[in-house]
Amino acid sequence: MKQDIILAGVGGQGILSIAYVIDHAALADGLFFKQAEVHGMAQRGGAVQSHMRLSDGTIWSDLIPKGGADMVLSVEPLEALRYLDYLRPDGIVVTSSTPFRNIPDYPEVDKVLEAIRKAPRSVIVDSENLAKEAGTVKAQNIVLLGAASSFLILKEASLVGTIEALFRGRGTPVLEANLKAFALGQKAALGS
Amino acid sequence: MPRQILLGDEAVALGAVHAGLSAAYSYPGTPASEVLEYLVRQAGETKAFTAVWSVNEKTAYEEALGASFAGKRSLVSFKHVGLNVAADPFMNSAITGANGGFLVVSADDPGMHSSQNEQDSRYYVQFAQIPGYEPSDHQEAYDMAREAFDVSERFGLPVLMRLVTRLSHSRSAVETRDARAPNELKKGAGQDWILLPVNARRRFGRLLDLQAEMTRFSEESRFNLLQLNDKDRSFGVIASGIAYNYFREAVAADSAPPSFLKVSTYPLPERLIRELVGHVGTILVLEDGYPFIERQLKGLFGIAGKTVLGKMSGPLPASGELTPDIVRRALGREPLASLPASGLPLAGRPPQLCAGCPHADSFKALNKALEGVTGSNVFSDIGCYTLGALPPYNAIHSCVCMGASISMARGASDVGLYPAVSVIGDSTFAHSGLTPLLSAAKANTDMTVIILDNATTAMTGGQPTYGSGPGLLRLVEGLGVAKEHIRTIEPLPKHHDKNVQIIKDEIAHRGLSVVVAVRECVQEQRKKRS
Ligand code: SF4
Repeated sequence: MKQDIILAGVGGQGILSIAYVIDHAALADGLFFKQAEVHGMAQRGGAVQSHMRLSDGTIWSDLIPKGGADMVLSVEPLEALRYLDYLRPDGIVVTSSTPFRNIPDYPEVDKVLEAIRKAPRSVIVDSENLAKEAGTVKAQNIVLLGAASSFLILKEASLVGTIEALFRGRGTPVLEANLKAFALGQKAALGS
Repeated sequence: MPRQILLGDEAVALGAVHAGLSAAYSYPGTPASEVLEYLVRQAGETKAFTAVWSVNEKTAYEEALGASFAGKRSLVSFKHVGLNVAADPFMNSAITGANGGFLVVSADDPGMHSSQNEQDSRYYVQFAQIPGYEPSDHQEAYDMAREAFDVSERFGLPVLMRLVTRLSHSRSAVETRDARAPNELKKGAGQDWILLPVNARRRFGRLLDLQAEMTRFSEESRFNLLQLNDKDRSFGVIASGIAYNYFREAVAADSAPPSFLKVSTYPLPERLIRELVGHVGTILVLEDGYPFIERQLKGLFGIAGKTVLGKMSGPLPASGELTPDIVRRALGREPLASLPASGLPLAGRPPQLCAGCPHADSFKALNKALEGVTGSNVFSDIGCYTLGALPPYNAIHSCVCMGASISMARGASDVGLYPAVSVIGDSTFAHSGLTPLLSAAKANTDMTVIILDNATTAMTGGQPTYGSGPGLLRLVEGLGVAKEHIRTIEPLPKHHDKNVQIIKDEIAHRGLSVVVAVRECVQEQRKKRS
């Protein structure tokens, strides 16, 4: 049993929090994992990605080879597109449809989404509105984690337990919003 | 012991703590910052040791060396170029030796994710002729850090651990063991630590005498692994550090992988290398960074009857970071089948200053002040403000190394460039800007130094700074800059016109002036609020 995931987004969008939840859930589930992330300069609004590898056996490389990824999980549609060639031919793209426009030459969103839909399996969720519905627009990353959750080899209880541990210290409203964001993302993915 | 989730940097740090660490020092720099970040957090909780952000790497090195002199176990960490700053005490500490165990952690950045070069710290290990470690995963990072202190005390030498970005910034679970108690105080002997020629010659002789024993230590290390394939004597691999993982990844499905030697300790384990080379005809060397092993293997004349492949000749690129794909190809394996790239032109997304960043307003004011001025030269430095090089600002013309903005502006001014402007952050100024400003003040050099005081070391995640606030102004004055030419501005849009005028006035002044732009980094402000 193994699963390799490319997490993608823009610096500051919270992909390290997604990685944090997956890491801890993997530990709880007794899996091995390696997760390579980006710190430093790129975190200032640049394209960031994290290679997330889960397995019940030895994991050698910290990086996923091209064609090795089972999933691209992105908080931003253009960033999802950047890593398509990491996916194996029947891999899945789970992405937000909400563009993060901090560059002058951002392409037309419809074209980006159309290109994503060309992947054999894709799930596109409106993370901005779902996060707002959950109570905070900041929870878009957790919406995406929820959207991906049904396709992950991790136990849902481990994911939810980690989200609780992560946000408990920030007060009940923040915790509730993130749990709701997870649930809404999950529902949206199953309905899509 | 339970498994703990740690970054590679943190695994080294925790290994050091469990080895009985008493003191740790560092200056922030990607990808090494998280070593001391972790130690500062731990020290705050347990009070069991000291962990300090130093003013620069040389200072950090000497502080750690002093702790070792006192008999305690100490650590210093920095990014690869930080070791250049600390190179003076580093080289000399191989002569004085270490008293308490002393671990030097140097994190290289192959591919230059966040650096000016991709120098390879293993050359420093060889240069100083001390033992070195190169972990390939988190567990090794932890285990080696623990062991390194014992090895340091066994040889009476500092030990260097080389990390690379991919390991520093990768997370995995690590099994930890019980902590050892710290050392008692025990001063170093003066005849070893006073590097007068008479002592230094004797100590250098001792270092040379130890080399054969160090090679034996390396040959016997449990971290090196030689595995020979008796059926296939044509081809073998030498892989060090993280490159070993890419090799194993590529051959994971083989029933019998090619012969290989995993190298994790330095000096090179000569006997193991001889065994591998003796066993096969063609040797592929896989190493992230410079062709350190490959070059030594080949020497000037190569090995008769053998082919050595790697970065110097053959299938690996000479620069940049290794990846599993590059290694796969070098091993002659087909790439995995993958989805095709989308074909849509993908706009790049380079890093940029945060929305509301004070540096943005400083650069806007500086650009305006220099509008229409021909031949202006803006020397800059290392920090978030280096992003002022990118559009829409295009505001700076150099970024070389910590503090170089001030010394380079002076040199350019000395030979007649006008206006010569230097832009440097408060933390970088404290790190390496004081001494060049001192000499420029003495000469009353015709230049304008703009210190961006955002009250933090921002690029690396907000570590403390030594050169900020009213203390910074006193420092600048104390260095000898004329009080009337020390000006402060608050970089905010509403002060734009006023700020432009102040910068213009100080550029017009044909002598040294310092403009301090004071406004806190918005990320740090945000952290304080939440
Ligand atoms: S971290 Fe601070 S100093 Fe750096 S770009 Fe952001 S606001 Fe500016």
